[in-house]
Amino acid sequence: MKGGLRQSMAWLHTWTGLLVGWLLLAIFMTGTSAYFQDEITRWMQPEIHGERDPVAAAEGIVARLGEHEPGAASWSMMLPGKRAIATTAYWQDADSGRGSWRDNSFTVDGTGHRVEARGTLGGFFLYRMHFDLHYLPVMWARWIVGFCAMFMLVAIISGVITHKKIFTDFFTLRLGKGQRSWLDAHNLSAVLALPFHAMITYTGLVTLASMYMPWGVAAVYKDRAEYFADAFGIETTPERSGVAASMAPIGEMIRKAREQWHGADPGYIDISIPGDANATVRMMRGGGEAMGARGQTLIFDAATGHLHTPPAEKGAAFETESVMVGLHAGRYAPIALRWFYFLCGLGGTAMVATGLVLWTSKRRLQLPDPERPHIGFRLVERLNIATIAGLPVGIATHFLANRLLPSTMADRADWEVHCLFIAWGAVLLYGCLRRVRRAWVETLTLAAAAFLAVPIVNAITTDRGLWSSLREGDLVFVGFDLAMLALSATFGYIAWKVHRRPAVPVRKPRASREVAA
Amino acid sequence: MGKRDTSFDSRYAMQVAARAAAAIFGGYALAAMTTAALARWLPLSRVEAVMTAMLSSFAIYATVAIVAFAVSRWWRIWLYLAIVGVPLGLALAFIGRRVAS
Repeated sequence: MKGGLRQSMAWLHTWTGLLVGWLLLAIFMTGTSAYFQDEITRWMQPEIHGERDPVAAAEGIVARLGEHEPGAASWSMMLPGKRAIATTAYWQDADSGRGSWRDNSFTVDGTGHRVEARGTLGGFFLYRMHFDLHYLPVMWARWIVGFCAMFMLVAIISGVITHKKIFTDFFTLRLGKGQRSWLDAHNLSAVLALPFHAMITYTGLVTLASMYMPWGVAAVYKDRAEYFADAFGIETTPERSGVAASMAPIGEMIRKAREQWHGADPGYIDISIPGDANATVRMMRGGGEAMGARGQTLIFDAATGHLHTPPAEKGAAFETESVMVGLHAGRYAPIALRWFYFLCGLGGTAMVATGLVLWTSKRRLQLPDPERPHIGFRLVERLNIATIAGLPVGIATHFLANRLLPSTMADRADWEVHCLFIAWGAVLLYGCLRRVRRAWVETLTLAAAAFLAVPIVNAITTDRGLWSSLREGDLVFVGFDLAMLALSATFGYIAWKVHRRPAVPVRKPRASREVAA
Repeated sequence: MGKRDTSFDSRYAMQVAARAAAAIFGGYALAAMTTAALARWLPLSRVEAVMTAMLSSFAIYATVAIVAFAVSRWWRIWLYLAIVGVPLGLALAFIGRRVAS
């Protein structure tokens, strides 16, 4: 490239960051929310109260399905982790293919009783959007997200090479100096959490490595099935014997599993051909029980409760992969570390956002005619508004829809999601119609107002508003409402700063000599 | 990148495209071949070798991308890719899969 290594890397950093920046911002924002996935789900299902009890939940589900769906091909349940309450149960009809998730699932609370909660995907939606996006086939979405993650990895490496004064920049934030301040803010959010950014990007790629890099498997195995059998043990589906047998108590099997796992709870249980003498119970260790995300799977004979010989311990490479995935998802993290994860995620979001703004703020000074920027510049400006202000508006609308859509509405959970994208699209259009400065101020104000509305609407539509949560010491609801207020204040503050900024940036004589970023 | 006049510089565009192609497609191809080679020849059990190779692949991909934009002439990255990739490809094609599990 032109110039030396540092110039080449600055160029590479700028363009890899810009090309995928908007999608990266969405990935960072939704991924950051996912550290509080369980808490978001609890807030979005205000009908569900009480404490978790996986054993009572599993017993309640087995009893209920035994009564209503004795002939199903399988029963399964997603048990709550330490921070959740509800359990979702699902059954697959014997003539498989029939029965959607919606028709064949129900939710139980900590006592094992079925609850009628509003239709919602809860925090699970933002978590899935983090790597499955939406309205796209899942495989395409994952390739797109992987492509963005690879660009991000290259942007991080080239960004570090570009940096002359990585240590000094740790302590540098010059506010109110236009482009210089954006550069400082970008450096600060990037450098402060650099180990996090590098870790999260690499481990993110690792979570889907067998999809992105299947060539190792292809080089030594006949097919993927052979690899999975080698890696995770062969799990055969049992054959129906035709002999009926009642099931041994599920609570006893969970106790055996806990013994095997030094006290850890199962996160997922499925029961194949329930009611048959050959039925089996599979239990997977919960994701949040240890740093390694990939827990062991145990198999029991359903009729006798006999535990099959557990699979062998994993090798070093598999253990490494399990811990890398665990580090990425942070399910193991206790509350203080979880907040740290969340703050690092916000730092990453801020890094991408300031990088995108810096691109325009740097180039605005060099435009031949600042009143009529070229099409590329205008595109970046508008997309910045649409993602930095628009996606938060969409997320706040998603939460508002959770409180405002009628609980009897058909496809309610889908409409909560559509509301996010409708609001986001509306901000995109609006941002294109207004003049840039007005568009920034107005859309940021809208984001502040939307987040402010969330706790207010919550207090009006449920009996779990901020005051009553405070009185009852319900930290999850208090925390959610306060987080909404904090987001509202942040967007309000930024809107106010943009509003007060002088209309025409001051052209500094040395501006063109500054190192590209 | 410094200042550049706004007229379209086609030679510059071509060399950026050549580097980007080397980074994106060449990088993936080299990472894929290295993954296959490590899976086949690392002195580990088969399943462990596959996982070790998979975990390293993104570092190899990123390295190629960085080098593609660090070299002073655009064709050098293609030369380096050929120097490493051709023997690796030949080895993968002609030295069979391992027998050990």
